[in-house]
Amino acid sequence: MINYIWSGMILISVFFAALNGRMAQLSEAVFTGCNQSVQICLTIAGAMCLWGGLMRIADKAGLTGAIGKVLGPFIRFLFPGLDPKGPAARAISMNISANLLGLGNAATPFGLEAMKHLQKENPLQTTASNHMVTFVVLNSASLQIIPTTIAVLRARHGSKSPMDIMPAVWIASLSALVVGITLALILNHHKAKLKNEKNGDALQAAAGKA
Amino acid sequence: MNVIGSYALPLMIAGIILLGLFRTENMFNLFLDGATDGLKTMIKIIPSLIGLITAVEMFKASGALDVMTGSLTPVANFLHIPRDVIPIAIIRPVSSGGAIAMLDKILATVGPDSMSGRIASVMCGSCETTVYTTTVYYGAVGVSKIRHTLIAAFTADFAAMIMSSVACGFIFS
Repeated sequence: MINYIWSGMILISVFFAALNGRMAQLSEAVFTGCNQSVQICLTIAGAMCLWGGLMRIADKAGLTGAIGKVLGPFIRFLFPGLDPKGPAARAISMNISANLLGLGNAATPFGLEAMKHLQKENPLQTTASNHMVTFVVLNSASLQIIPTTIAVLRARHGSKSPMDIMPAVWIASLSALVVGITLALILNHHKAKLKNEKNGDALQAAAGKA
Repeated sequence: MNVIGSYALPLMIAGIILLGLFRTENMFNLFLDGATDGLKTMIKIIPSLIGLITAVEMFKASGALDVMTGSLTPVANFLHIPRDVIPIAIIRPVSSGGAIAMLDKILATVGPDSMSGRIASVMCGSCETTVYTTTVYYGAVGVSKIRHTLIAAFTADFAAMIMSSVACGFIFS
């Protein structure tokens, strides 16, 4: 997908620049673009390192584990039928805590581990189980407590209080999470029901034939 | 509400340091380890940022961005989203590098403390790269039929976009 978007953006740019007679600006943009990207990287790098360091301390001091405990009931609700003390539930809770703390690096390995454990309990190996759908939707909502990268970008452009967007970010991402999870759980339930009905029909048909 | 935002970071840092002081032994070494990890992540995303930011810059210079924003303005008006943030709403679920590039561009144009600048920032912070997450997670276990995952995830992204605008309107005006 990113292949199409990237190539699309560049090809469309060249096309539009030709159309608008802005080829000179376009050539200039190529160089300002790649120069700027290095500047942005350098600006973000500081915060990434500082945050990575602080979060490593928090992690080793037991914060990730503590958050995991708080998340217990939440996980039991979202993944009905999953052993709450099993390896899958543990990996899921570590994944969520790492995401909350903005440890994207640590979150992905836990996420993949959780997927592997969920796959072991998955009866249809190439089709996603209900738990998998819920888990991936959970991960596609951003649950970061402190959006570091964005705050740094805001500071870079002279924001008076780069962090003041945090409450709004919490509201927006929580709403997104609730919407996504609700939809996933409803569809999980709905589709499971459909499947049972179909099986029921098949059974009746078989009974009719007999 | 603004006060919460400005207090959160310093308090959180102080909290972590206190926690580290009591519950870890080599706090500064842990910090260095984590910071090195942060640097590694950074190095991993630099190439993609260079590619994407250059593309965004070209897209803007050619006038294509104005055309795209212009054609989507009616939709944005209908959803009560300012037109300046349309590019973020489109690119955020697909590429985080692209969204960073676009946010940088938008903040430079409208200013970080303007309403559009704030909404764009919140949109960037409240969504995850849905397409990437889905591909990586399902790819790792070889699941190809993903059922209603994308419907639910994209609806969540859509809700995040709308709520970014609503929440900023509520808090900052």
